[in-house]
Amino acid sequence: MTPRATLPLLILGLVLTALGGQWLLGSGSSTAAEAVARAGTSASPRDRVAGVVSAHRPKGFQPAVVTGLLDYQGQAVAVSCTTCHTTREPNRENGLAGATPKEFHQGMVYAHAGLSCLSCHHADDYDSLRLADGRKLAYDQAQVLCAQCHGPQTRDYLNGSHGGLKGHWDKTKGGRTRNTCADCHDVHAPAYPAWTPVFAPRDAAARQQADRENQRRATGQPLPHHD
Amino acid sequence: MIDTQNQTSAPEPGGMTRRTALKALGATLGATAFSQAIAPLTEWAENMSLDEYLQKHYKELSPFDLAVVMTRLEKQTKEETGVDVTIQDYRPQPGVKFGYALNLSVCVGCRRCAQACHVENNHDRPSGNSYIRVLEMQKGSLDLAKGRVNYDHPVPHPDKFYMPVQCQQCDKPPCVSVCPVEATWKESDGIVVVDYNWCIGCRYCEAACPYHARRFNWTKPQVPATEINPDQGYLSNRLRPQGVMEKCTFCLHRSRQGKLPACLEACPTGARVFGNLLDPESEIRWVLKNKRVFVLKEDVGTQPSFFYFFDE
Repeated sequence: MTPRATLPLLILGLVLTALGGQWLLGSGSSTAAEAVARAGTSASPRDRVAGVVSAHRPKGFQPAVVTGLLDYQGQAVAVSCTTCHTTREPNRENGLAGATPKEFHQGMVYAHAGLSCLSCHHADDYDSLRLADGRKLAYDQAQVLCAQCHGPQTRDYLNGSHGGLKGHWDKTKGGRTRNTCADCHDVHAPAYPAWTPVFAPRDAAARQQADRENQRRATGQPLPHHD
Repeated sequence: MIDTQNQTSAPEPGGMTRRTALKALGATLGATAFSQAIAPLTEWAENMSLDEYLQKHYKELSPFDLAVVMTRLEKQTKEETGVDVTIQDYRPQPGVKFGYALNLSVCVGCRRCAQACHVENNHDRPSGNSYIRVLEMQKGSLDLAKGRVNYDHPVPHPDKFYMPVQCQQCDKPPCVSVCPVEATWKESDGIVVVDYNWCIGCRYCEAACPYHARRFNWTKPQVPATEINPDQGYLSNRLRPQGVMEKCTFCLHRSRQGKLPACLEACPTGARVFGNLLDPESEIRWVLKNKRVFVLKEDVGTQPSFFYFFDE
């Protein structure tokens, strides 16, 4: 074939491939959870940050529970979930009001919208998470699970305006590392905790403001707003 | 007639004429004024090289001249601190105009951005300088004058929100128009920069900025040698001399290489969104399109490239 004849064929092939790709991605139900699942594996047109993203959590993260014991090197001893949960009957009440696990999980603070443990942990396979429709989900894909309820946060996460990230704004120059939900939120008590602020200002503006406030305190005048 | 003239011009015995006295006084005053006038030159001779004194404005330097200048500055840093630094001239990329947005619903006021700025940009350690000021604001009010910077309690306080303020990289920057020597200007990617070697330290720009975004080096900034960030830009984070103005440059030594600014990377909550305003696929454009953004002090007409928004 001459090069002149190859070119239109090549273009046709490219167009067909592109259309096929669109059809594949567009087909099926497009819940937020699936959007995140797609974003986690491959570039999706809905995810502005995908394609160059690597999640912060290392691959091969093993589901385990901390026993409270330390090994001879001072490291916390963790036991795989299935060590216990393959042999015992799941307690479906746990996590609901008043019902707490009696072993291993005592230190855990649980405050997450009245969900039971088995809302998110899979009763048939404790090394997996459980989606609302009963499907299993890998432990390092927590953001897919969270997306089922937290739609606005997921939308913002997918569009790069929720959750910390490091790397490049220019995707042609390099990739990024993104936090996943569980990096910042305790999944069992997800309300963001209070922090002690760092790096108190020492510049002139801060000093002047402190002086003004001390003066107000000394003269008994009310502060602009309370501490 | 002749006799009279001779009489007046003849020197008085044992004294000086009024004319001589005035001449002497004038000469003394003149000499004093002259010595005062050249005093800066004698000072200059101690801490400034001839090359530095004769250096042209950044925009008038040829690439070769600028390379010479940057090499000189690197050597100077090596002599003063013993640290090997790299000073480069990062140029704006074509087709890029930077925009920044900050989600006030997500910011917790931890001030990690201000700290990261301090470290990244080689700020003066004793004064704890930073280009970012985090204001603690009462919920329901956007009165910047009531924002507190020196809050010291666990954050976020339930009655407050937190508003980090830094250079807004205005499209109509008042700081630029007041500069009497054109030592500060707006570049094509929207970043307002300062040529530290051209700035005369008059602080007009500091007074003109409605956001208190500029900082003045009252002293020579002190950074311990081990903490100096060696990746430096001529127009950004190189070690500043005493008596010049400085400001946030969106970390141009990072952002012009495609990297995110240090304050964004330090943000633990993802409140900060940075990107190219001219790229319709960028996150910053998504925010502008989908969030109700506002700018600070819109009424003063500065047209900032820095946007704030709340989640609905």
